[in-house]
Amino acid sequence: MSFLSISQVSKSFGGPPVVDRVSLDVPRGEFFSLLGPSGCGKTTLLRMIAGFEAPDSGTIAIDGEVMNAVAPHQRPTNMVFQSYAIFPHLNVFDNIAYGLRKLKLPKDALRARIEAMLSTVRLEGLGNRAADQLSGGQRQRVALARALVREPKILLLDEPLGALDKRLREAMQLELRALQRKVGITFVLVTHDQEEALSLSDRVAVMEKGVILQVASPRDLYDRPSSRAVADFIGEINFFHATVRELSDETATINAGLLGVLTLPRANLAPGIKSDDHILLAIRPEHVGFAAPNFAGQSVTGEIAAATFLGERSHFHVRINGRSDPVAVSGNAPPVGPVHLVFPPEKLMGLPVSRDA
Amino acid sequence: MKNRALFLYAFTYLAFLYVPVLVLPVFSFNNSEFIAFPLSGFTTRWYASLAADTAMQHALGNSLKVGLVTALLSTLLGLTAAKAVTHYRLKGAGAALGFISLPLFIPDIVLGISLLLLLGALGLPLSLAAVVLGHMLVCVPFSLTVLIARFEGFDRNLEEASADLGENGWMTFWRVTFPVMLPGIIASLLLTFITSFDEFLVAYFLSGTEATLPIYIWGQLRFPERLPTVLALGAIILTVSVGLVILAEYVRNLGVKKPMVGA
Repeated sequence: MSFLSISQVSKSFGGPPVVDRVSLDVPRGEFFSLLGPSGCGKTTLLRMIAGFEAPDSGTIAIDGEVMNAVAPHQRPTNMVFQSYAIFPHLNVFDNIAYGLRKLKLPKDALRARIEAMLSTVRLEGLGNRAADQLSGGQRQRVALARALVREPKILLLDEPLGALDKRLREAMQLELRALQRKVGITFVLVTHDQEEALSLSDRVAVMEKGVILQVASPRDLYDRPSSRAVADFIGEINFFHATVRELSDETATINAGLLGVLTLPRANLAPGIKSDDHILLAIRPEHVGFAAPNFAGQSVTGEIAAATFLGERSHFHVRINGRSDPVAVSGNAPPVGPVHLVFPPEKLMGLPVSRDA
Repeated sequence: MKNRALFLYAFTYLAFLYVPVLVLPVFSFNNSEFIAFPLSGFTTRWYASLAADTAMQHALGNSLKVGLVTALLSTLLGLTAAKAVTHYRLKGAGAALGFISLPLFIPDIVLGISLLLLLGALGLPLSLAAVVLGHMLVCVPFSLTVLIARFEGFDRNLEEASADLGENGWMTFWRVTFPVMLPGIIASLLLTFITSFDEFLVAYFLSGTEATLPIYIWGQLRFPERLPTVLALGAIILTVSVGLVILAEYVRNLGVKKPMVGA
C-alpha cells in the first residue's frame, strides 16, 4: 500500500456523486496536485483526506492506517485553507503555536521551534505582528507555518495561491516548490490553475465531474494526454477528425482528412485504439510549422485570420479550407500571403473520440 | 436658505429628543422641593439622601441580581441559538427565529398579565425568579440579534482549522469560537442587563413583595416631597445606562473584520 492510498472513494451531498469511485496512490514525499475546474470534486476529495467530510464508500489510508473513522483532529494531516483561516484574535507567534499545545514544550523549546519555522517561511521578526496587520502573502506564509510546524505526514493545500495577485503568485509558486523539497513532506494541492499544477507538481491528477481522467507527470499530461478532455484542459490544442487505416507494431497509418494520409509512431496513439477506429488527432500550436518556400513535403494551405504578437514568438489563427475552426499556431515570422502549415507526424497524438466529444 | 431650514429642523428634533431627558439631572441639583422654574440654587442633598435610603438600596440590589442573572441566561440561550442558526442548515430555522423574536412585538403589559396568570395557574409564587423568567422572554431576542450578526461574520474555516491543528470540539470552542465571539457576547450581556434593569411592567406584575428599582421609583411618586430624590436616582440611572449602551456598541464593533491589507 502506498503512503496515501485512496481506494474507490465516493461522496455525494444528496444529488449526483461529487466524487465518484476515485482511486489514487501517492508515494511519500511527492508533490501531488488535484487539478480540475470548479465543481469537479477536487476540494471535496481533499476535505475527505483531512477528515472534514466522510466518504460514502471506499477507504482512505495514510501510511498504512485506514483513516475513515479517525476524526480530523486526530489525523496526521494539516491543511492550508483557501481563506487561510488565520485566527484573528492571535498574533503570528500564537497562530503558529496553536497546534503545539498538546506537546507541552518548555517555553524555550517552543520559542526555538517557532522561530525556526518563521525563518523557514521567511517571516523572521514578525512573531508579534497582529493577524489583521498581515498582507495576503504574509497570511499565506503564516497558514503554511502553522500547518508545517506540526510536522504532518501530509500537507493539504486548498487553492493556496488563489487569493494572491499574479506576480506574488508566481513568486510563491517557486517558494512553495522549494519549501516542499526542503521539508520533504508529502504535499497534496488542489487547484484549478493548470499552470500552477504543472509548474509545482511531481504528478497531477486531472479531475472532471467527480472522476479522475488521468494521473501523470506534468510533461506526460502535456505531451501524452489520454483523452480529449485532458488535452483540452491542459494548454491549447488543435483537434482533427481522422480514421485509423492500418496498425503495425511500430507505426500507425491514419487517414486524417484535410491533413492527408499520415504515418505516425504507434506510441502516439492512446492505448485501446484499434484499426478502423474513428479517432481525434491532436497537436499543440507550437508543434504546427510554417513551411519554408522550398518545402517539398506534405503541407496544408491556409490564411492567417488573426495574429497576436507575444514577443519571442507570435500566436496565429490560421483558416484552412474545409474546416470551420481556425488552427492555432504558435511560431515565428510567417511569410506574407497564404501560408503552408506542416503537421509533423511525430507530434500528432491519436485520442479516442470520447463520449462527450 | 435651505441649509438653515434643515439646521433648524435638526435642532428642533434633537431638542425634542433630549430636553425632557435633561430636565432630570437639572432638577436633581435644584435646591427646592418643588419642580418648577426658576431654579433656586445648587444642592447635592438629594443625592446625599439616596445614600441613607435603605429601601432604595434594597431595590437596587434586587435589580442588579435580576439584571445579572437575566443577562447571563439570555446570552447563554442566545449564543447557542445563534450558533445553531448560523452554523447548520436547520429545517424550520426561520420559523424558530420568528417564534423566539415574537415577545419583542407583544406589548409588555400583555406579557406581564399572561405570565401572572400562568404562574397563578401553576401555583408558583411571585418572586424575583419569576421576574428573571419574564425578562428572559424580552431579552433573548436582543441577545440573538446581536450574536447572529456577529456569527455571520465568523469564518467557519476557523473552527475547521482548529480541528485540523489537533483540538477537539470543546477546546475549539474555548480557544477559537469564544474569544472571536467575545465582543458580541459582552455586547449582548450589557444590552440584556440594561433591558432588564430598566424594565418596569413585567417586573411590576411578577415581583410580588420584592421591589426592583423601577417599582420602587414608581412607589415613591406618591410622595411629592420625595420627588427630587427620585430625580437624583433617575439621573444616576440615566448616566449609567447611557454609558453601558455606548460601551456595548463600542465593544460590539471591536475586532469587526477590517478590510484585508492588499498584497
